[in-house]
Amino acid sequence: MPSLPAPAPRSLTWPHPPTEPMNASHDLIAVFGGIFGLLAVFSLIGAGLKYRVARGEPHGVIDNLNARIKAWWAMIALIGAAIWIGPWGVIALFAFISFQCLREFISLTHTRLGDHRALLWSFFVFLPAQYWLIATHWYGLFSILIPVYAFLLLPISSSLGADTTRFLERAAKVQWGLMICVYCLSHVPALLTLEIAGYAGRNMLLIVFLILTVQSSDVFQYVWGKLIGKRKVSPAISPSKTVEGLVGGVLTSTAVGAALWWITPFTPLEAGLIALVINVMGFFGGFVLSAIKRDRGVKDWGAMIEGHGGMLDRVDSISFSAPIFFHIVRYGWVA
Amino acid sequence: MFVDRLLASALCGFARALTGVRALWLGSEPDARPRVYFANHRSHGDFVLIWASLPPPLRRRTRPVAGADYWLTTPLRRFLINRVFRGVCIDRRPGRNGPNPVEQMGEALSAGESLILFPEGTRNMGDGLLPFKSGLHHLAKAHPEAELIPVWIENLGRVMPKGSLIPVPLLCTLSFGPPLAPIDGESRDAFLARARTALLDLAPPAD
Repeated sequence: MPSLPAPAPRSLTWPHPPTEPMNASHDLIAVFGGIFGLLAVFSLIGAGLKYRVARGEPHGVIDNLNARIKAWWAMIALIGAAIWIGPWGVIALFAFISFQCLREFISLTHTRLGDHRALLWSFFVFLPAQYWLIATHWYGLFSILIPVYAFLLLPISSSLGADTTRFLERAAKVQWGLMICVYCLSHVPALLTLEIAGYAGRNMLLIVFLILTVQSSDVFQYVWGKLIGKRKVSPAISPSKTVEGLVGGVLTSTAVGAALWWITPFTPLEAGLIALVINVMGFFGGFVLSAIKRDRGVKDWGAMIEGHGGMLDRVDSISFSAPIFFHIVRYGWVA
Repeated sequence: MFVDRLLASALCGFARALTGVRALWLGSEPDARPRVYFANHRSHGDFVLIWASLPPPLRRRTRPVAGADYWLTTPLRRFLINRVFRGVCIDRRPGRNGPNPVEQMGEALSAGESLILFPEGTRNMGDGLLPFKSGLHHLAKAHPEAELIPVWIENLGRVMPKGSLIPVPLLCTLSFGPPLAPIDGESRDAFLARARTALLDLAPPAD
């Protein structure tokens, strides 16, 4: 159980000096160099497919693949820039991602006039407050702000709207949106606040490990699914997810996670096991949010990222894996 | 003139940033011929959003039909509706003795301009659509050359509901439907029902 809110440290300084003593920047440069190298290879393959298979004609799968690769360049560059700026850059980036996801989520769920104030509170108070608590290292309140305070205060606000139509459903949807889009995602930058013995100044690499493992799982599921996918996991929920894609993708990116052990405080075996857990959680993140999309009769949450759909389509897996990853590290590696 | 246009672009830009508006052309395309865009009405921002989704050259030739009782009451509103939006202000009161609203709207169509019309006549605070006022029928009969395009505005009523000061930044979608087939001898009520159904067809399914 999370402890009661502790008094907030008043200073906004980070526990570690931004100049990393253990050469985190070298590792970051190595990892990002590797990713950009891989993207260059993928871009060449994409161009080759367009030239050889599609012969320059419009081709659904190949054009979508190329749009996805192009969007990856932009997304990786954005994450790299945020990491380069430092903790504030990463917090700002994820606050923006949460904002965009919450927009997409609430836009697709029905709320009524009486919820207007509750929505204003969600967007303009709880969302910024959650990220502010990371910046101030106030873990106690960070971990209960939305599960306790938003959970109790937002329905009070909605009830003052005096509209009882589907009241429980509306209150539940607003709370669910906040949990998925703000609370869960905020655990990514919260990794920066963990103090791990012998790992000081390298927490940025935990974020890289999480994002790289989970996102590569999405990519490998897509690739394995397109190559050898036959049996659908659940046609009612997702027409594109196959058993072959799921197993191949999760195993491949578990291997990726194990191979990245050198940027983490884990042993290779631990890194592999943790990667397996967050990949499975990530898969079910996409699965659960697909179920919501199917129920609402849409394919994507939005149209922000070309080839991928909306922001929430891209980070659903991170939303489900980040809190679990955070707690594994917090209980296993923080003294 | 320059300031008016600048303000118009700025308002459109703000509306786009706030709502991330997406225009879906489902059965029609942007076109310069005289048109009546008729839409559901939940918010004062409705016509700004339709405006913002049109290509800029069409925007300047597309005029919102606005209620004089609201838009002509303060100097700022008067400036906005007359100079910035170039609205056609009509008197909605039943016992009016000013110009005939249908003729006012028809003049704009005859001049080759398009109109944005909210046939519910007022902002709808509930779900779905209110019954249509007869203006759309009179306009369609008097101007068979004008295309009637239904436009469903999704979510703006939740972004800025009546009486709220701060907007919620939800994403809005505008669905432009196919032009309505012209009237051929059908009654006023039958035509209005057909127009209303065409607009409702563009709405996402209720949950």
